[in-house]
Amino acid sequence: MTDSILKITDLQKSFGMLKATDDLSLDLRAGEIHAVIGPNGAGKSTLIKQICGELAPDSGSVEFLGKEITALDVAARARLGLGRTFQVSSLAMEYSALRNVMLAVQSVQGSSFKFFKSLAADQPLRDTAMHCLTEVGLERRADICAAQLSHGERRQLEIAVVLALQPKAFLLDEPMAGMGAQGSQRLTGFLDQLRQRAPILMVEHDMDAVFSLADRISVLVYGKIIMTGTVDQVRSDARVREAYLGEE
Amino acid sequence: MGNLTIEYKLNISIVLLLLAIPAIALMLDEPFYITLATKVVILALAGVGLNLALGLGGLISFGHAAFFGIGGYIAGILASHSLNAELMFTLAGTEFDGTTNMLVIWPLALLVSALVAVFIGYFSLRTKGVYFIMITLAFAQMIYYFAIAWPAYGGEDGLSIYVRNQFMGLNTLDPMIFYGICFTLLMSVLLLVSKLKNSHFGSALQAARQNEQRLAAVGIRPFGIKLTAFVISAMITALAGALFADLNRFVSPDMLSWHTSGEIMIFVILGGVGRLFGPVVGAGLFILFEYYLGGLTEHWALFLGLVLLAVVLFARGGLVGLIAGEVKHD
Amino acid sequence: MTAILLFEQLLNGLQFGMMLFLMSAGLTLVFGVMGLINLAHGVLYMVGAFACAIIAGLTGSFWLGLLASLIVAAMAGALIEVGVIRKLYQRDHLDQVLATYALILIFSGATRWLFGAFPLYLDVPQILSTPVNLFGLLDYSSYRLFIIGIGITVALGLYFLIAKTRLGMRIRAGASDREMIAALGVDIRTLYTLVFALGAALAGLAGALLGAVQSVEVGMGDSVLILAFVVIVIGGIGSIKGAFIGALLVGLVDTMGRFLLPYLFALVLPPDTAASIGGALSSVAIYILMAVILIVKPKGLIAANG
Repeated sequence: MTDSILKITDLQKSFGMLKATDDLSLDLRAGEIHAVIGPNGAGKSTLIKQICGELAPDSGSVEFLGKEITALDVAARARLGLGRTFQVSSLAMEYSALRNVMLAVQSVQGSSFKFFKSLAADQPLRDTAMHCLTEVGLERRADICAAQLSHGERRQLEIAVVLALQPKAFLLDEPMAGMGAQGSQRLTGFLDQLRQRAPILMVEHDMDAVFSLADRISVLVYGKIIMTGTVDQVRSDARVREAYLGEE
Repeated sequence: MGNLTIEYKLNISIVLLLLAIPAIALMLDEPFYITLATKVVILALAGVGLNLALGLGGLISFGHAAFFGIGGYIAGILASHSLNAELMFTLAGTEFDGTTNMLVIWPLALLVSALVAVFIGYFSLRTKGVYFIMITLAFAQMIYYFAIAWPAYGGEDGLSIYVRNQFMGLNTLDPMIFYGICFTLLMSVLLLVSKLKNSHFGSALQAARQNEQRLAAVGIRPFGIKLTAFVISAMITALAGALFADLNRFVSPDMLSWHTSGEIMIFVILGGVGRLFGPVVGAGLFILFEYYLGGLTEHWALFLGLVLLAVVLFARGGLVGLIAGEVKHD
Repeated sequence: MTAILLFEQLLNGLQFGMMLFLMSAGLTLVFGVMGLINLAHGVLYMVGAFACAIIAGLTGSFWLGLLASLIVAAMAGALIEVGVIRKLYQRDHLDQVLATYALILIFSGATRWLFGAFPLYLDVPQILSTPVNLFGLLDYSSYRLFIIGIGITVALGLYFLIAKTRLGMRIRAGASDREMIAALGVDIRTLYTLVFALGAALAGLAGALLGAVQSVEVGMGDSVLILAFVVIVIGGIGSIKGAFIGALLVGLVDTMGRFLLPYLFALVLPPDTAASIGGALSSVAIYILMAVILIVKPKGLIAANG
């Protein structure tokens, strides 16, 4: 069995009486796209928060590259190589697209405490950031400030920023959210290539994207993973159908 | 680029103004105006300090008077001991009885304020929003009441410094010379802050203000960035405090009161939050109100309040914002 | 140091706490329901005191003065809310702090202009100027007991208002979800003005009550304002119950601190040092209390919205 890049074991999280994460285990293997699907309220965002470090689980562990990271904060996990995008784009709205990406490059370089190193004059940094923008097709919008970008462009920018982190694993929170048909198609193609760089753990609602991209799918219902399997396995599983269709 | 050029031109104009006014006052033999200009420069420096934390970092510190006062008291205490030839303490067998040398006082003020800022910042920066405002205020209040109650250095009545401190043998009692010292310090600090703002650190700091979640997600821990900015900001304001004590040859707990914290905030806001020369403009406006309007009516504070309210409600970018337009971010 | 002295100080602390509660209740409501930091609250305290002093001076009746303080402060509050505060709800905290600080400057300046810098004359009413004998142990100021009584009455009244009336229900709903109640058709603007005016009235009442024992002058609200903020931060912003507990805590800690700390220090230190250290520490005690509580419970003792 291939070593897991990201391994979540027996994760538990309750909010008062509500069990948001119930004995949850899953893993992310090298080279794969592992999608997490589930009806609304299943606990997907709680799961993401615990993996990236925004929320501490009540018990259980998160291992990344063989290291126990459960006690580490968001920034530490990002530096280790866990690249996360947000369901609702979370960007520095006053900064241009380029400057948002430059922030990530700066972080990788570890130069955030350079008090006198001018940002504007740092050509290598700008070039690296520009390269990431070009990869997602935003190079012409590099100097536009994030507040003025369209919704779709902001989703692209999220990707560009996470690329700049050169992560060892991607944690994507509903990357297709709010993308039109064309945008989704392009992004799907993009993510397909991306898995070669690093494995992707993806929470998603868009079933077309999920079924065409995912190597494995985990189905999350009421905080529990009711099954993990291939696309065909999940499609034909009765419990999954019940969880989705029973809800609607 | 258009907006930046206007702001740049504005900044140059302000520097020229700061050079011209004392020069004219000197020619007209009106040393009072040189002293007034000195006051503007020193208060501007205090505001520049706060602006780093507030304008760039988004840290609404309502306790910056603590650092202003610490700087002032360090200058006052050291000078007082020196003048009275009183022993301050004995360290490793050497007796230390204060000093009136600015070149010793300033680094000491910077050091002490930095240490206090690390302590205050460490606890305050764990909180957000109104809690941060309150806890910075609380720490400043603690120091304020402490200064009032501590009898050794004047308590509520304050401490008089009977000479002006020394700087490299110059006649620091000469208003022009003292102004020159303060002006040079202000310009140096502005240069420093400008470099900081445009550096990698400055970028992370301003990102922390805009979106902490994003900053952490790219692997930069907001706490460290904010704490560093807070400490540097404190040091600058403390330096201003030391100069202020020297200017007035007097230091009192008033320098530590929350009203002073509010006033420093006013300089920053009137001029324009986050703008490099904002506090300079703001301090100038404030002194204008205090002395000119104050000469016409004793109710000048009422008008200051009206102007402040108008600025907050309608001219959010302050005077610099009105002249140079909104900040063009890149 | 006798038990009686201790008891007396305890009552003083209680009285102080009740007055702080009157100030803080409005402050915490405004922050909880409208999300607004209001530094101008201290000004309303002053307005109430001035109104009481003026009306009591004109009519000779303290009670009419108290009524006046409630009405004038409420009206001033409503005026401020409609004129200035309304524009601040959508703004960030910095703007709110600065705008309300500007209001302090404006109101203080205006009051000084109208009434001068000298304190106004306000006396405790005849009925309450003789001490009352408590349990045969202590002769205690009946006025202070009156203040304690008012505080408890207001607390009960507020509890009833918030928990048992429709208005209270709207206030509670507004505190937890502003957008929701707007969608439900509740007139937000009027609700907010009412809440602000209510808080203002309470602050004015506190000003009037305290004005009789301290001086009625410009700037009297400044120190109380800071204390009120300490109270609501300790108690938990948005919670009336928190404001009550916080106020009692602050009142007691401050009063008992000033009384006990110099005494305790005198047991181990020479009297001069004890007096100065004790004095300094007692002024600072409540801030230390607040800092400690924030470190342990960052949202205050009673986090209002869970």
